[in-house]
Amino acid sequence: MVRADFDRDLKILRDEMLMLGGMVEKSISLALQSLQSRDLKLAEEVVNGDDYIDSKCIEIEEKCITLIATQQPLAIDLRTILSYLHITQELERMGDYAEGVAKISKAMGDEPPLKPLVDIPKMGAKASDMLRRSLDSLLNRDVVSARAVLSDDDEVDDLYDSVYKELIAFMIKDPNSVKRATYLIWVAHDLERIGDRATNIAERTIYLVTGQLVENRPAGPSGVRDID
Amino acid sequence: MTDQFADKHVLEAEAVNVWYGNFHALRDVGMKIKENKVTALIGPSGCGKSTFLRCFNRMNDLIPGARMQGGISFYGNDIYDKDTDSTEIRSKIGMVFQKPNPFPKSIYENVAFGLKINGYTGNLDEAVERSLVRSALWDEVKDRLRKSAQTLSGGQQQRLCIARALAVEPEVILMDEPASALDPIATLAIEQLIRELSQSVTILIVTHNMQQAARVSDETAFLMVDDNRAGYLVEHGVTDQIFTEPKDERTEAYITGRFS
Repeated sequence: MVRADFDRDLKILRDEMLMLGGMVEKSISLALQSLQSRDLKLAEEVVNGDDYIDSKCIEIEEKCITLIATQQPLAIDLRTILSYLHITQELERMGDYAEGVAKISKAMGDEPPLKPLVDIPKMGAKASDMLRRSLDSLLNRDVVSARAVLSDDDEVDDLYDSVYKELIAFMIKDPNSVKRATYLIWVAHDLERIGDRATNIAERTIYLVTGQLVENRPAGPSGVRDID
Repeated sequence: MTDQFADKHVLEAEAVNVWYGNFHALRDVGMKIKENKVTALIGPSGCGKSTFLRCFNRMNDLIPGARMQGGISFYGNDIYDKDTDSTEIRSKIGMVFQKPNPFPKSIYENVAFGLKINGYTGNLDEAVERSLVRSALWDEVKDRLRKSAQTLSGGQQQRLCIARALAVEPEVILMDEPASALDPIATLAIEQLIRELSQSVTILIVTHNMQQAARVSDETAFLMVDDNRAGYLVEHGVTDQIFTEPKDERTEAYITGRFS
């Protein structure tokens, strides 16, 4: 078959990226677990594991660059490799956010919990689900599934809105809670950004299949400045 | 301790210089060619790519006034040694040319010819089929082996020439711009064939198409001409690295099209 080697290289690249996605998903899950169970050893594992995620991202990027240089991809091949480049960067940032949650878990140490965590775990579960589904949509080149991920981002944003307002109220009521509340706002922020990055992956899947660049820009969490 | 998994070198050129009469065409080129890899020679017109290629199977011997200095060895043996039979060298180091040049014979006879003159005693039909299968032509011609090779398309004729070269079971095939006379689809078919063949045959290919060199080769050597119009080697390395991070700025200028 003509261009069999190139097709094989594309498949290897895709599989490596999906494996990276799996690693990031696990990292998010372990980071949240470390926060809920105050497991500092688990948090350390997540922080250390981010180096491997970063190095894998660099490896995938280099392979994309080499394929562009040596295979002169066009049309869907070009869109595929460019999408993989973008998606790898999204996954790398998601790994950083998971590391951020784990670092906060470590920073909180054995301080007494401010409140039982309810919405934050919900955000984490939803954002992880969006990541998993966005990668599935990429694997299956499924535009319908990708669009469904886009519409789920509102739920994560709404949860963040709710968490933020609740924690602001805590801080106003009790200034001694400022440090712990701020930590939790950062956790919520990191999870909200994971949701955003998952929608970016879904957008790139739509681009890969259709050639159309779409931007999912619903209204951000009300009253909250969007910071990255 | 030698690394048993290290790449083996099947051909080695050492300080090769070539003159055509008084014209110094190639200057001090040294290179090692790895076994069962595709090595591409790229560079501007007149840089000596084809001249260098022809050194490896002594085809320059056939050019009046051509003279070579330096060494070319094949598995460590000097191919220019006075006791070396150049015909035998050319059966071990075959060649495919830019313009497909099948003999004015049937498809079958084109492939069988080299075997017959070498005194092949095995099953000729099987040997012909094997070569045509290896050159990805068998399915297209199996029902018309007695038809003239001239009835084939350009791409098919070139694959027939490759089958002809493969019939005598060479260790190396030299290809001088093998796809430049072909349409884009036939070109890609030849490139895929080159990739498949390289698993069992060492291939050295001259191409003026840089993108082809990038697609098809494992290693690339870039040559250019000096002020006296003699060709010389600028850089030789792994193809992925040559086309993403060439070490020499002259190589970068050439592959980015900023060469003048």
